[in-house]
Amino acid sequence: MGRTLAEKVWEQHVVRRADGEPDLLYIDLHLVHEVTSPQAFDGLRLAGRPVRRPDLTIATEDHNVPTVLGPISDPVSRTQVETLRKNAAEFGVRLHPMGDAGQGVVHIIGPQFGLTQPGMTIVCGDSHTSTHGAFGGIAFGIGTSEVEHVLATQTLPAYRPKTMAIEVKGDLPVGVTAKDLILAIIAKIGTGGGQGYIVEYRGEAIRNLSMEGRMTVCNMSIEAGARAGMIAPDETTFAYLKGRPHAPSGAAWDEAVEYWKSLRTDDDAEFDRVVEIDAATLTPFVTWGTNPGQGAPLGSAVPAPEQFTDPIERSAAERALEYMGLSAGTPLNEIQVDTVFVGSCTNGRLEDLRAAAGILRGRKVVTRTLIVPGSMLVKKAAEEEGLDQVFKDAGAEWREAGCSMCLGMNPDTLKPGERSASTSNRNFEGRQGKGGRTHLVSPQVAAATAVTGKLTAPADLA
Amino acid sequence: MDAFTTHTGRAVPLRRSNVDTDQIIPAVWLKQVSRTGFENGLFSAWREDPSFILNNPAYEGASILLSGPDFGTGSSREHAVWALQQYGFRVVIAARFGDIFRNNSTKMGLLPVVLPADVVEGLQAAAEADPAVEITVDLAEREVRLGSDAWSFEIDDYTRWRLMEGLDDIGLTLRHADDIAVYENGRQPWLPTTV
Repeated sequence: MGRTLAEKVWEQHVVRRADGEPDLLYIDLHLVHEVTSPQAFDGLRLAGRPVRRPDLTIATEDHNVPTVLGPISDPVSRTQVETLRKNAAEFGVRLHPMGDAGQGVVHIIGPQFGLTQPGMTIVCGDSHTSTHGAFGGIAFGIGTSEVEHVLATQTLPAYRPKTMAIEVKGDLPVGVTAKDLILAIIAKIGTGGGQGYIVEYRGEAIRNLSMEGRMTVCNMSIEAGARAGMIAPDETTFAYLKGRPHAPSGAAWDEAVEYWKSLRTDDDAEFDRVVEIDAATLTPFVTWGTNPGQGAPLGSAVPAPEQFTDPIERSAAERALEYMGLSAGTPLNEIQVDTVFVGSCTNGRLEDLRAAAGILRGRKVVTRTLIVPGSMLVKKAAEEEGLDQVFKDAGAEWREAGCSMCLGMNPDTLKPGERSASTSNRNFEGRQGKGGRTHLVSPQVAAATAVTGKLTAPADLA
Repeated sequence: MDAFTTHTGRAVPLRRSNVDTDQIIPAVWLKQVSRTGFENGLFSAWREDPSFILNNPAYEGASILLSGPDFGTGSSREHAVWALQQYGFRVVIAARFGDIFRNNSTKMGLLPVVLPADVVEGLQAAAEADPAVEITVDLAEREVRLGSDAWSFEIDDYTRWRLMEGLDDIGLTLRHADDIAVYENGRQPWLPTTV
């Protein structure tokens, strides 16, 4: 029987296999940031262990950094960033600190440098590591104990997850984005639907996505409970990679491409679970609740808890509506927001900024609007195209690179009771600041919402 | 990590589903660079509500958390495990766990026990009816016991052995350093380095 893409990549990385034990898996790339690494480096120091492969490790500062120029004013945040600098220097790890031209959100910089390539195993102490699976590798988030394990051994003991195919039939209608697609997928399978699986996204709509769109889809695999999401590499992948600083070149490029072309699920391979989605039926999608599975088409209304037959889902919906300050039956496109955030590892790439700028060009925002590039290189590229001027002319704030308002660890937060339309990945209670209320949206819906002050599809703008 | 064989203690019924790690420990607490001091951050936003279950003095000192399904979803922050342990929990019982949280727990010796949702609800009801009731979680027998009732749970042999011995994963892996070196010599030549 044939093998799935996930099985091929997994098998390629098994260092050791023994009965009754997890596989020992080799890790090709380890991404490090300031939040989940300090205790891991401490562990190495205590045990007197070096970093086994600093040359397969790269660090950046992203979660704590302010997105306005200047030093970090919060002393606790500053200490955490300074700790990463000391650790990187002591253990010989390449670091892109604040102010560096290569600094940015950890999941934006890996692909940008060409470090993320098909068929690789990639880990990071961050659940959105699933982003990198867009290139056809296995990429997943780990905790600090495992960060220490990878630093010390460049391996991880792990059982191979089951495999799930999400087949997206047909093509996305005009005006429907990768973000709408993944929000609809999560709403369909639920926040626990992917638990225990590596998801492979397949089908025409996936093939037609850009690398940026594929990264958006894979990024949110974890919100459906899946540790990893992946997409088989193709010409779109190769075109994105070619010429990037760490991509192979010359004869090595040809050799690599030949191998990468073998990284596809065989026709006779079987998945443990298959889910089908009809792309043609999709419309702009937003969340109304406090987990990413609580979403609905923007053209619909806030659901009534009684609509949910499962008692656990019903009580979760009741609680979510209370927290969100919403009433059942309210049309989603009548919900007023205080803040719009465009950025994050989900939607902070150049294509996302272009999409938002396309809508804001010649218009004015009526809400506080933060546009935060995912990396300093994205920022530079956007400025070279004049996107920054489009945003400023519209009245939006053009910021420095960082995680910003995705997670409430830096000065960009919501105040209690404030409501956002956010291109990030989590609408958990308090995620963007204590008491803040988050609606997850695409960059296009975010921009249209900034213009009207309530959740709005671009097609509905005058 | 501390070895885990069997544990008997009182339990807190947390009747919520999708308890994500942002709730278990909000992001502001993650700025610390040490491994200690996270107990005050545990459910810190929810604890501001006087009616939140952990504020009920009847459950003070409880060491088993009984949660609705999908406990520990979301962020990979191991701080969630540290916060639960430092607060005094040794076991979390739920019908489903976020994969990364579950993995992090077993690295630290916090035992995640999967039981069917109706069984968890039964345990929650028992802890609500009598907060002093004691539940036993027996890893050796892979069994949860309450009074004369017992429910078995699944955990793979390897993880169980590691938890019962309190073994450090890194030490175990480094016994295979030769295998790692052999693998490294055979890696594809075009694979990138960060230098």
